[in-house]
Amino acid sequence: MTAVFQQIIEIFEAEAAGAIVPRSGINAALTGFSAAAMAFLAVFAIALALTAGQLAQRWSDELAGHATIRIVAPQNDIENRTAAVLQMLEATPGVTFARALDQEEQRDLLAPWFGADLPVHMLSLPQLIEVHHEGREFDADTFGQRLTEKVPEALLDDHTRWQQPLAAASKRLRGVAFLSFVLSFGVTAAVIALAAQGALAANAQIISVLRLIGARDSFIEAAFVRRFTLRAVFGAAAGGLVGALAVSILPGSQPEGALLAGLGLNGWQWIWLFLIPPLAGVAAFAATLGAARRMLRDLP
Amino acid sequence: MIELENVAYSYGGGDLFGGVSFRLEPGSFHFLTGPSGAGKTTLLKLCYGALRPTSGHVRLFETDLAAMERDAIALVRRRIGVVHQECQFLNHLNVADNIALPLVVAGRDMLAASPNLKDLIGWVGLKHRDKALPSELSGGERQRAALARAVIASPDAILADEPTGNIDWDMSQRLLRLLIDLNRSGKTVLLATHDLGLIRAAKAQVQARVLRIADRQIQIAGTDL
Repeated sequence: MTAVFQQIIEIFEAEAAGAIVPRSGINAALTGFSAAAMAFLAVFAIALALTAGQLAQRWSDELAGHATIRIVAPQNDIENRTAAVLQMLEATPGVTFARALDQEEQRDLLAPWFGADLPVHMLSLPQLIEVHHEGREFDADTFGQRLTEKVPEALLDDHTRWQQPLAAASKRLRGVAFLSFVLSFGVTAAVIALAAQGALAANAQIISVLRLIGARDSFIEAAFVRRFTLRAVFGAAAGGLVGALAVSILPGSQPEGALLAGLGLNGWQWIWLFLIPPLAGVAAFAATLGAARRMLRDLP
Repeated sequence: MIELENVAYSYGGGDLFGGVSFRLEPGSFHFLTGPSGAGKTTLLKLCYGALRPTSGHVRLFETDLAAMERDAIALVRRRIGVVHQECQFLNHLNVADNIALPLVVAGRDMLAASPNLKDLIGWVGLKHRDKALPSELSGGERQRAALARAVIASPDAILADEPTGNIDWDMSQRLLRLLIDLNRSGKTVLLATHDLGLIRAAKAQVQARVLRIADRQIQIAGTDL
Protein backbone atom coordinates (compact mmCIF):
# COMPACT_ATOMS: atom_id res chain seq x y z
CA MET A 1 0.00 0.00 0.00
CA THR A 2 2.87 2.35 0.87
CA ALA A 3 4.42 1.66 -2.54
CA VAL A 4 1.15 2.64 -4.23
CA PHE A 5 0.98 5.95 -2.33
CA GLN A 6 4.65 6.56 -3.08
CA GLN A 7 3.97 6.05 -6.78
CA ILE A 8 1.02 8.44 -6.69
CA ILE A 9 3.19 11.09 -5.02
CA GLU A 10 5.98 10.50 -7.56
CA ILE A 11 3.53 10.97 -10.40
CA PHE A 12 2.32 14.33 -9.17
CA GLU A 13 5.84 15.52 -8.44
CA ALA A 14 7.04 14.45 -11.87
CA GLU A 15 6.83 17.80 -13.61
CA ALA A 16 10.04 17.05 -15.47
CA ALA A 17 8.47 13.92 -16.95
CA GLY A 18 5.40 15.87 -18.03
CA ALA A 19 7.53 18.46 -19.79
CA ILE A 20 9.14 15.84 -22.03
CA VAL A 21 5.90 14.79 -23.73
CA PRO A 22 4.60 17.32 -26.28
CA ARG A 23 1.73 19.40 -24.89
CA SER A 24 -0.49 19.70 -27.90
CA GLY A 25 -2.68 16.93 -29.19
CA ILE A 26 -6.28 16.09 -29.85
CA ASN A 27 -6.14 13.24 -27.32
CA ALA A 28 -5.48 15.51 -24.38
CA ALA A 29 -8.18 17.95 -25.50
CA LEU A 30 -10.60 15.05 -25.87
CA THR A 31 -9.89 14.01 -22.30
CA GLY A 32 -10.77 17.41 -20.90
CA PHE A 33 -13.89 17.68 -23.01
CA SER A 34 -15.19 14.19 -22.23
CA ALA A 35 -14.56 14.67 -18.51
CA ALA A 36 -16.44 17.97 -18.64
CA ALA A 37 -19.38 16.44 -20.52
CA MET A 38 -19.59 13.45 -18.21
CA ALA A 39 -19.35 15.64 -15.11
CA PHE A 40 -22.20 17.75 -16.48
CA LEU A 41 -24.33 14.61 -16.83
CA ALA A 42 -23.19 13.33 -13.44
CA VAL A 43 -24.57 16.50 -11.80
CA PHE A 44 -28.00 15.68 -13.22
CA ALA A 45 -27.67 12.05 -12.15
CA ILE A 46 -26.86 13.19 -8.60
CA ALA A 47 -29.75 15.66 -8.63
CA LEU A 48 -32.12 12.98 -9.93
CA ALA A 49 -30.97 10.44 -7.34
CA LEU A 50 -31.33 12.87 -4.45
CA THR A 51 -34.67 14.23 -5.68
CA ALA A 52 -36.01 10.71 -6.17
CA GLY A 53 -34.99 9.91 -2.62
CA GLN A 54 -36.64 13.03 -1.27
CA LEU A 55 -39.84 12.37 -3.21
CA ALA A 56 -39.94 8.78 -2.01
CA GLN A 57 -39.62 9.99 1.54
CA ARG A 58 -42.21 12.72 1.06
CA TRP A 59 -44.76 10.44 -0.60
CA SER A 60 -44.18 7.80 1.99
CA ASP A 61 -44.54 10.24 4.89
CA GLU A 62 -47.64 11.85 3.43
CA LEU A 63 -49.40 8.57 2.76
CA ALA A 64 -48.21 6.72 5.83
CA GLY A 65 -50.03 8.87 8.41
CA HIS A 66 -53.27 9.15 6.48
CA ALA A 67 -56.23 6.97 5.57
CA THR A 68 -59.53 7.53 3.80
CA ILE A 69 -62.89 5.94 4.54
CA ARG A 70 -65.44 5.78 1.74
CA ILE A 71 -69.12 5.30 2.59
CA VAL A 72 -71.45 4.24 -0.19
CA ALA A 73 -75.02 4.39 1.09
CA PRO A 74 -78.43 5.81 0.11
CA GLN A 75 -78.53 9.61 0.55
CA ASN A 76 -81.10 9.44 3.35
CA ASP A 77 -78.92 7.10 5.37
CA ILE A 78 -75.46 8.44 4.63
CA GLU A 79 -75.40 10.95 7.51
CA ASN A 80 -76.15 8.22 10.07
CA ARG A 81 -73.43 5.99 8.66
CA THR A 82 -70.97 8.85 8.64
CA ALA A 83 -71.73 9.64 12.28
CA ALA A 84 -71.30 5.99 13.23
CA VAL A 85 -67.94 5.78 11.53
CA LEU A 86 -66.74 9.03 13.13
CA GLN A 87 -67.85 7.68 16.50
CA MET A 88 -65.85 4.51 15.91
CA LEU A 89 -62.82 6.52 14.90
CA GLU A 90 -63.01 8.62 18.06
CA ALA A 91 -62.74 5.44 20.10
CA THR A 92 -59.93 3.95 18.04
CA PRO A 93 -56.39 4.16 19.48
CA GLY A 94 -53.88 5.97 17.28
CA VAL A 95 -56.44 8.10 15.41
CA THR A 96 -55.47 11.73 15.92
CA PHE A 97 -57.96 13.42 13.67
CA ALA A 98 -61.00 12.46 11.60
CA ARG A 99 -63.52 14.49 9.69
CA ALA A 100 -66.00 14.09 6.87
CA LEU A 101 -65.28 16.06 3.72
CA ASP A 102 -68.03 18.61 2.89
CA GLN A 103 -69.61 19.06 -0.55
CA GLU A 104 -67.27 21.91 -1.39
CA GLU A 105 -64.20 19.73 -0.86
CA GLN A 106 -65.75 16.83 -2.77
CA ARG A 107 -66.37 19.22 -5.69
CA ASP A 108 -62.71 20.35 -5.54
CA LEU A 109 -61.59 16.76 -5.75
CA LEU A 110 -63.71 16.12 -8.83
CA ALA A 111 -63.01 19.47 -10.47
CA PRO A 112 -60.00 18.27 -12.51
CA TRP A 113 -62.25 15.75 -14.29
CA PHE A 114 -65.72 17.40 -14.38
CA GLY A 115 -65.01 21.12 -14.04
CA ALA A 116 -65.42 23.57 -11.16
CA ASP A 117 -69.21 24.06 -11.58
CA LEU A 118 -70.20 20.44 -10.98
CA PRO A 119 -73.61 20.26 -9.19
CA VAL A 120 -72.44 17.90 -6.49
CA HIS A 121 -75.73 18.06 -4.57
CA MET A 122 -77.49 16.45 -7.53
CA LEU A 123 -75.15 13.49 -7.66
CA SER A 124 -75.15 10.42 -5.54
CA LEU A 125 -71.55 10.56 -4.37
CA PRO A 126 -69.93 8.47 -1.68
CA GLN A 127 -69.03 10.26 1.55
CA LEU A 128 -65.31 10.54 2.21
CA ILE A 129 -63.78 10.70 5.68
CA GLU A 130 -60.24 11.91 6.11
CA VAL A 131 -58.36 10.12 8.90
CA HIS A 132 -55.00 11.09 10.41
CA HIS A 133 -53.32 8.51 12.57
CA GLU A 134 -50.07 7.66 14.29
CA GLY A 135 -48.77 4.81 12.21
CA ARG A 136 -47.57 2.49 14.99
CA GLU A 137 -50.63 2.64 17.27
CA PHE A 138 -53.19 2.48 14.50
CA ASP A 139 -53.88 -1.09 13.36
CA ALA A 140 -55.45 -0.63 9.93
CA ASP A 141 -56.28 -4.33 9.43
CA THR A 142 -58.14 -4.69 12.74
CA PHE A 143 -59.92 -1.39 12.31
CA GLY A 144 -60.88 -2.34 8.73
CA GLN A 145 -62.46 -5.59 9.95
CA ARG A 146 -64.39 -3.81 12.74
CA LEU A 147 -65.55 -1.19 10.26
CA THR A 148 -66.89 -3.83 7.86
CA GLU A 149 -68.76 -5.52 10.71
CA LYS A 150 -70.34 -2.34 12.14
CA VAL A 151 -70.84 -0.26 8.98
CA PRO A 152 -70.75 -2.63 5.98
CA GLU A 153 -71.25 0.33 3.58
CA ALA A 154 -67.88 1.82 4.66
CA LEU A 155 -64.54 0.88 3.19
CA LEU A 156 -61.14 1.76 4.66
CA ASP A 157 -58.32 2.76 2.30
CA ASP A 158 -55.07 2.96 4.30
CA HIS A 159 -53.14 4.09 1.14
CA THR A 160 -50.89 1.02 1.22
CA ARG A 161 -51.75 0.21 -2.40
CA TRP A 162 -50.55 3.71 -3.40
CA GLN A 163 -47.66 3.91 -1.02
CA GLN A 164 -45.89 0.69 -2.00
CA PRO A 165 -45.76 1.19 -5.79
CA LEU A 166 -44.70 4.80 -5.33
CA ALA A 167 -41.94 3.82 -2.93
CA ALA A 168 -40.84 1.04 -5.29
CA ALA A 169 -40.91 3.40 -8.29
CA SER A 170 -38.86 6.03 -6.53
CA LYS A 171 -36.40 3.37 -5.36
CA ARG A 172 -36.02 2.19 -8.95
CA LEU A 173 -35.62 5.77 -10.12
CA ARG A 174 -32.90 6.28 -7.55
CA GLY A 175 -31.22 3.08 -8.73
CA VAL A 176 -31.32 4.25 -12.35
CA ALA A 177 -29.88 7.61 -11.33
CA PHE A 178 -27.09 5.92 -9.38
CA LEU A 179 -26.38 3.65 -12.35
CA SER A 180 -26.23 6.72 -14.61
CA PHE A 181 -23.76 8.30 -12.20
CA VAL A 182 -21.54 5.20 -12.20
CA LEU A 183 -21.85 4.85 -15.98
CA SER A 184 -20.83 8.45 -16.53
CA PHE A 185 -17.54 7.72 -14.75
CA GLY A 186 -17.19 4.41 -16.56
CA VAL A 187 -17.57 6.20 -19.89
CA THR A 188 -15.12 8.89 -18.74
CA ALA A 189 -12.59 6.19 -17.85
CA ALA A 190 -13.14 4.43 -21.19
CA VAL A 191 -12.77 7.63 -23.23
CA ILE A 192 -9.65 8.62 -21.29
CA ALA A 193 -8.18 5.13 -21.72
CA LEU A 194 -8.71 5.44 -25.49
CA ALA A 195 -7.29 8.97 -25.52
CA ALA A 196 -4.30 7.87 -23.44
CA GLN A 197 -3.73 4.91 -25.73
CA GLY A 198 -3.80 7.28 -28.70
CA ALA A 199 -1.38 9.65 -27.00
CA LEU A 200 0.94 6.78 -26.07
CA ALA A 201 0.87 5.46 -29.63
CA ALA A 202 1.49 8.96 -31.03
CA ASN A 203 4.47 9.32 -28.70
CA ALA A 204 5.81 5.79 -29.17
CA GLN A 205 9.14 7.09 -30.48
CA ILE A 206 9.58 9.35 -27.45
CA ILE A 207 8.76 6.50 -25.07
CA SER A 208 11.18 4.21 -26.85
CA VAL A 209 13.98 6.81 -26.61
CA LEU A 210 13.26 7.41 -22.93
CA ARG A 211 13.47 3.68 -22.17
CA LEU A 212 16.75 3.40 -24.05
CA ILE A 213 18.38 6.26 -22.15
CA GLY A 214 17.46 4.70 -18.83
CA ALA A 215 13.98 5.93 -17.93
CA ARG A 216 12.16 3.71 -15.49
CA ASP A 217 8.60 2.72 -16.38
CA SER A 218 7.28 4.85 -13.51
CA PHE A 219 8.93 7.96 -15.03
CA ILE A 220 7.23 7.38 -18.40
CA GLU A 221 3.91 6.48 -16.75
CA ALA A 222 4.12 9.67 -14.70
CA ALA A 223 4.45 11.85 -17.80
CA PHE A 224 1.15 10.60 -19.18
CA VAL A 225 -0.79 9.85 -15.99
CA ARG A 226 -0.12 13.30 -14.56
CA ARG A 227 -1.23 15.06 -17.72
CA PHE A 228 -4.40 13.02 -18.27
CA THR A 229 -5.40 13.04 -14.60
CA LEU A 230 -5.05 16.80 -14.30
CA ARG A 231 -6.96 17.31 -17.55
CA ALA A 232 -9.76 15.08 -16.31
CA VAL A 233 -9.91 16.85 -12.93
CA PHE A 234 -10.04 20.33 -14.47
CA GLY A 235 -12.45 19.20 -17.20
CA ALA A 236 -14.74 17.60 -14.60
CA ALA A 237 -14.57 20.70 -12.42
CA ALA A 238 -15.62 22.89 -15.36
CA GLY A 239 -18.37 20.47 -16.45
CA GLY A 240 -19.58 20.11 -12.86
CA LEU A 241 -19.74 23.87 -12.46
CA VAL A 242 -21.79 24.29 -15.64
CA GLY A 243 -24.03 21.39 -14.53
CA ALA A 244 -24.52 23.01 -11.12
CA LEU A 245 -25.50 26.30 -12.79
CA ALA A 246 -27.93 24.45 -15.04
CA VAL A 247 -29.50 22.63 -12.09
CA SER A 248 -29.76 25.83 -10.08
CA ILE A 249 -31.84 27.55 -12.79
CA LEU A 250 -34.30 24.65 -13.18
CA PRO A 251 -37.88 25.39 -12.01
CA GLY A 252 -38.35 24.82 -8.29
CA SER A 253 -40.54 22.21 -6.65
CA GLN A 254 -44.24 22.63 -7.42
CA PRO A 255 -47.10 22.00 -4.96
CA GLU A 256 -48.26 19.13 -7.19
CA GLY A 257 -44.95 17.45 -6.50
CA ALA A 258 -44.19 16.88 -10.16
CA LEU A 259 -40.84 15.10 -10.32
CA LEU A 260 -39.13 17.07 -13.10
CA ALA A 261 -40.29 20.40 -11.72
CA GLY A 262 -38.76 19.52 -8.37
CA LEU A 263 -35.39 18.32 -9.76
CA GLY A 264 -32.60 20.09 -7.94
CA LEU A 265 -30.25 20.22 -4.99
CA ASN A 266 -30.77 21.85 -1.64
CA GLY A 267 -28.45 22.86 1.18
CA TRP A 268 -25.83 20.26 2.03
CA GLN A 269 -26.67 18.26 -1.09
CA TRP A 270 -24.48 20.61 -3.14
CA ILE A 271 -21.47 19.09 -1.34
CA TRP A 272 -21.95 15.96 -3.44
CA LEU A 273 -20.84 17.89 -6.50
CA PHE A 274 -17.37 18.38 -5.00
CA LEU A 275 -16.88 14.64 -5.34
CA ILE A 276 -17.10 14.77 -9.14
CA PRO A 277 -13.62 16.17 -9.99
CA PRO A 278 -11.73 13.79 -7.63
CA LEU A 279 -13.73 10.82 -8.93
CA ALA A 280 -12.96 11.84 -12.53
CA GLY A 281 -9.31 12.11 -11.47
CA VAL A 282 -9.33 8.61 -10.01
CA ALA A 283 -10.96 7.24 -13.19
CA ALA A 284 -8.39 9.02 -15.38
CA PHE A 285 -5.49 7.93 -13.17
CA ALA A 286 -6.48 4.27 -13.33
CA ALA A 287 -7.30 4.35 -17.06
CA THR A 288 -4.06 6.09 -18.09
CA LEU A 289 -1.88 4.00 -15.80
CA GLY A 290 -3.43 0.82 -17.21
CA ALA A 291 -2.93 1.98 -20.81
CA ALA A 292 0.68 3.03 -20.13
CA ARG A 293 1.53 -0.25 -18.42
CA ARG A 294 0.04 -2.30 -21.26
CA MET A 295 2.18 -0.38 -23.75
CA LEU A 296 5.40 -0.45 -21.73
CA ARG A 297 5.07 -4.19 -21.19
CA ASP A 298 5.87 -4.68 -24.89
CA LEU A 299 8.95 -2.45 -24.88
CA PRO A 300 12.46 -3.77 -24.07
CA MET B 1 31.62 -4.87 -17.58
CA ILE B 2 29.65 -6.11 -20.62
CA GLU B 3 29.97 -9.80 -21.31
CA LEU B 4 28.34 -12.08 -23.86
CA GLU B 5 28.69 -15.80 -23.30
CA ASN B 6 27.76 -18.26 -26.02
CA VAL B 7 25.03 -15.93 -27.26
CA ALA B 8 22.82 -16.85 -30.18
CA TYR B 9 20.19 -14.66 -31.76
CA SER B 10 17.55 -15.78 -34.22
CA TYR B 11 15.52 -13.45 -36.36
CA GLY B 12 12.73 -14.25 -38.79
CA GLY B 13 13.21 -17.98 -38.38
CA GLY B 14 16.94 -17.95 -39.14
CA ASP B 15 20.02 -17.67 -36.94
CA LEU B 16 21.67 -14.26 -37.26
CA PHE B 17 24.63 -15.51 -35.25
CA GLY B 18 25.39 -18.15 -32.67
CA GLY B 19 28.00 -19.04 -30.05
CA VAL B 20 29.14 -15.44 -29.67
CA SER B 21 31.33 -14.77 -26.64
CA PHE B 22 33.35 -11.69 -25.72
CA ARG B 23 33.93 -9.39 -22.80
CA LEU B 24 34.41 -5.62 -22.78
CA GLU B 25 36.84 -4.79 -19.99
CA PRO B 26 36.69 -1.40 -18.24
CA GLY B 27 38.61 1.25 -20.17
CA SER B 28 38.92 -0.85 -23.34
CA PHE B 29 38.26 0.33 -26.90
CA HIS B 30 36.64 -2.10 -29.32
CA PHE B 31 35.50 -1.83 -32.88
CA LEU B 32 32.69 -4.05 -34.07
CA THR B 33 32.79 -4.55 -37.79
CA GLY B 34 31.37 -6.74 -40.49
CA PRO B 35 29.36 -6.48 -43.71
CA SER B 36 25.97 -4.81 -43.83
CA GLY B 37 23.28 -7.08 -42.40
CA ALA B 38 25.79 -9.15 -40.44
CA GLY B 39 24.15 -8.17 -37.15
CA LYS B 40 26.26 -5.32 -35.78
CA THR B 41 23.26 -3.31 -34.63
CA THR B 42 21.66 -6.44 -33.18
CA LEU B 43 24.80 -7.28 -31.25
CA LEU B 44 24.99 -3.74 -29.94
CA LYS B 45 21.34 -3.92 -28.84
CA LEU B 46 22.11 -7.13 -26.98
CA CYS B 47 24.86 -5.24 -25.17
CA TYR B 48 22.44 -2.75 -23.62
CA GLY B 49 19.46 -5.02 -23.14
CA ALA B 50 17.30 -3.71 -25.96
CA LEU B 51 17.15 -7.28 -27.26
CA ARG B 52 17.29 -10.60 -25.42
CA PRO B 53 19.42 -13.43 -26.77
CA THR B 54 17.72 -16.55 -28.11
CA SER B 55 20.20 -18.53 -26.04
CA GLY B 56 23.31 -17.86 -24.00
CA HIS B 57 23.95 -15.19 -21.41
CA VAL B 58 24.38 -11.42 -21.52
CA ARG B 59 25.93 -10.01 -18.35
CA LEU B 60 25.81 -6.27 -17.73
CA PHE B 61 27.98 -5.12 -14.85
CA GLU B 62 28.21 -8.69 -13.57
CA THR B 63 24.42 -9.23 -13.56
CA ASP B 64 22.71 -11.62 -15.93
CA LEU B 65 20.25 -9.72 -18.14
CA ALA B 66 17.74 -12.58 -17.87
CA ALA B 67 17.53 -12.09 -14.12
CA MET B 68 17.02 -8.32 -14.27
CA GLU B 69 13.71 -6.56 -13.52
CA ARG B 70 12.66 -3.75 -15.83
CA ASP B 71 13.77 -1.09 -13.34
CA ALA B 72 17.17 -2.76 -13.01
CA ILE B 73 17.60 -2.70 -16.79
CA ALA B 74 16.73 1.02 -16.78
CA LEU B 75 19.37 1.67 -14.12
CA VAL B 76 22.00 -0.31 -16.04
CA ARG B 77 21.23 1.69 -19.19
CA ARG B 78 22.16 4.85 -17.32
CA ARG B 79 25.67 3.39 -17.07
CA ILE B 80 25.79 2.75 -20.83
CA GLY B 81 25.64 5.71 -23.19
CA VAL B 82 24.37 4.76 -26.63
CA VAL B 83 24.81 6.69 -29.88
CA HIS B 84 22.18 5.31 -32.20
CA GLN B 85 22.53 5.16 -35.92
CA GLU B 86 19.48 7.42 -36.41
CA CYS B 87 20.37 9.49 -33.31
CA GLN B 88 16.76 9.26 -32.03
CA PHE B 89 16.10 12.74 -30.71
CA LEU B 90 12.87 14.13 -29.34
CA ASN B 91 12.03 16.45 -32.20
CA HIS B 92 10.04 18.96 -30.13
CA LEU B 93 12.95 19.62 -27.74
CA ASN B 94 15.97 21.73 -28.65
CA VAL B 95 19.51 20.38 -28.78
CA ALA B 96 20.39 21.35 -25.20
CA ASP B 97 17.24 19.76 -23.80
CA ASN B 98 17.82 16.60 -25.83
CA ILE B 99 21.38 16.32 -24.56
CA ALA B 100 20.17 16.84 -20.97
CA LEU B 101 17.50 14.13 -21.24
CA PRO B 102 19.48 11.40 -19.44
CA LEU B 103 19.87 13.76 -16.45
CA VAL B 104 16.15 14.50 -16.41
CA VAL B 105 15.35 10.81 -16.63
CA ALA B 106 17.78 10.02 -13.83
CA GLY B 107 16.09 12.66 -11.69
CA ARG B 108 19.10 14.91 -11.44
CA ASP B 109 18.24 18.57 -11.41
CA MET B 110 18.79 20.09 -14.83
CA LEU B 111 19.87 23.47 -13.47
CA ALA B 112 22.43 21.91 -11.17
CA ALA B 113 23.89 20.10 -14.14
CA SER B 114 23.81 23.20 -16.29
CA PRO B 115 27.58 24.11 -16.26
CA ASN B 116 28.41 20.53 -17.18
CA LEU B 117 25.82 20.69 -19.96
CA LYS B 118 27.31 23.89 -21.36
CA ASP B 119 30.84 22.45 -21.23
CA LEU B 120 29.67 19.34 -22.97
CA ILE B 121 27.87 21.25 -25.71
CA GLY B 122 31.06 23.25 -26.22
CA TRP B 123 33.17 20.06 -26.26
CA VAL B 124 31.14 18.62 -29.15
CA GLY B 125 31.28 21.99 -30.94
CA LEU B 126 27.56 22.82 -30.75
CA LYS B 127 27.74 25.91 -28.57
CA HIS B 128 26.05 28.06 -31.21
CA ARG B 129 23.43 25.40 -31.97
CA ASP B 130 22.16 24.59 -28.48
CA LYS B 131 18.73 26.21 -29.06
CA ALA B 132 18.24 24.62 -32.48
CA LEU B 133 15.74 21.84 -33.04
CA PRO B 134 17.13 18.45 -34.13
CA SER B 135 15.53 18.87 -37.55
CA GLU B 136 17.67 21.97 -38.09
CA LEU B 137 20.98 20.12 -37.54
CA SER B 138 23.27 18.66 -40.20
CA GLY B 139 24.23 14.97 -40.12
CA GLY B 140 27.52 15.65 -38.34
CA GLU B 141 25.90 17.96 -35.81
CA ARG B 142 23.25 15.33 -35.05
CA GLN B 143 25.91 12.70 -34.43
CA ARG B 144 27.88 15.01 -32.13
CA ALA B 145 24.69 15.93 -30.24
CA ALA B 146 23.90 12.23 -29.90
CA LEU B 147 27.39 11.63 -28.52
CA ALA B 148 26.96 14.47 -26.02
CA ARG B 149 23.67 12.94 -24.89
CA ALA B 150 25.31 9.54 -24.55
CA VAL B 151 28.02 10.85 -22.21
CA ILE B 152 26.26 13.55 -20.17
CA ALA B 153 25.37 11.23 -17.30
CA SER B 154 28.99 10.01 -17.07
CA PRO B 155 28.32 6.43 -18.16
CA ASP B 156 30.92 3.71 -17.72
CA ALA B 157 30.59 2.52 -21.31
CA ILE B 158 29.74 4.12 -24.65
CA LEU B 159 28.26 2.09 -27.48
CA ALA B 160 28.12 3.80 -30.86
CA ASP B 161 26.26 2.35 -33.83
CA GLU B 162 27.69 3.56 -37.16
CA PRO B 163 28.11 7.11 -35.84
CA THR B 164 30.03 8.13 -38.95
CA GLY B 165 27.65 6.50 -41.41
CA ASN B 166 26.11 9.70 -42.79
CA ILE B 167 28.90 12.23 -42.37
CA ASP B 168 32.00 13.26 -44.29
CA TRP B 169 35.54 12.12 -43.53
CA ASP B 170 36.59 15.22 -41.61
CA MET B 171 33.56 15.03 -39.39
CA SER B 172 34.18 11.30 -38.89
CA GLN B 173 37.69 12.09 -37.70
CA ARG B 174 36.36 14.74 -35.33
CA LEU B 175 33.82 12.33 -33.88
CA LEU B 176 36.47 9.63 -33.55
CA ARG B 177 38.72 12.01 -31.63
CA LEU B 178 35.87 12.70 -29.21
CA LEU B 179 35.42 8.96 -28.63
CA ILE B 180 39.17 8.50 -28.13
CA ASP B 181 39.15 11.37 -25.60
CA LEU B 182 36.39 9.61 -23.71
CA ASN B 183 38.31 6.33 -23.76
CA ARG B 184 41.40 8.09 -22.43
CA SER B 185 39.30 9.40 -19.57
CA GLY B 186 38.54 5.79 -18.63
CA LYS B 187 35.34 5.03 -20.53
CA THR B 188 34.83 1.72 -22.27
CA VAL B 189 34.01 2.24 -25.95
CA LEU B 190 32.42 -0.13 -28.44
CA LEU B 191 32.08 1.37 -31.88
CA ALA B 192 30.19 -0.48 -34.60
CA THR B 193 31.27 0.50 -38.08
CA HIS B 194 31.82 -0.97 -41.53
CA ASP B 195 34.33 1.80 -42.29
CA LEU B 196 37.75 0.14 -42.27
CA GLY B 197 39.43 3.49 -42.98
CA LEU B 198 38.07 4.82 -39.72
CA ILE B 199 39.41 1.79 -37.84
CA ARG B 200 42.86 2.23 -39.38
CA ALA B 201 42.84 5.92 -38.49
CA ALA B 202 41.89 5.09 -34.92
CA LYS B 203 44.58 2.50 -34.47
CA ALA B 204 47.22 5.16 -34.90
CA GLN B 205 45.83 6.94 -31.85
CA VAL B 206 44.45 4.30 -29.53
CA GLN B 207 44.98 0.65 -28.69
CA ALA B 208 41.82 -0.93 -29.96
CA ARG B 209 40.63 -4.46 -30.54
CA VAL B 210 38.47 -5.38 -33.45
CA LEU B 211 35.52 -7.75 -33.23
CA ARG B 212 34.50 -8.92 -36.68
CA ILE B 213 31.18 -10.62 -37.39
CA ALA B 214 31.66 -13.19 -40.14
CA ASP B 215 29.89 -16.45 -40.90
CA ARG B 216 27.48 -15.89 -38.00
CA GLN B 217 30.42 -15.88 -35.58
CA ILE B 218 32.54 -13.27 -33.86
CA GLN B 219 36.22 -13.24 -34.80
CA ILE B 220 38.48 -11.30 -32.50
CA ALA B 221 41.07 -9.63 -34.66
CA GLY B 222 43.14 -8.38 -31.77
CA THR B 223 45.04 -5.23 -32.51
CA ASP B 224 45.47 -6.18 -36.14
CA LEU B 225 42.96 -5.98 -38.89
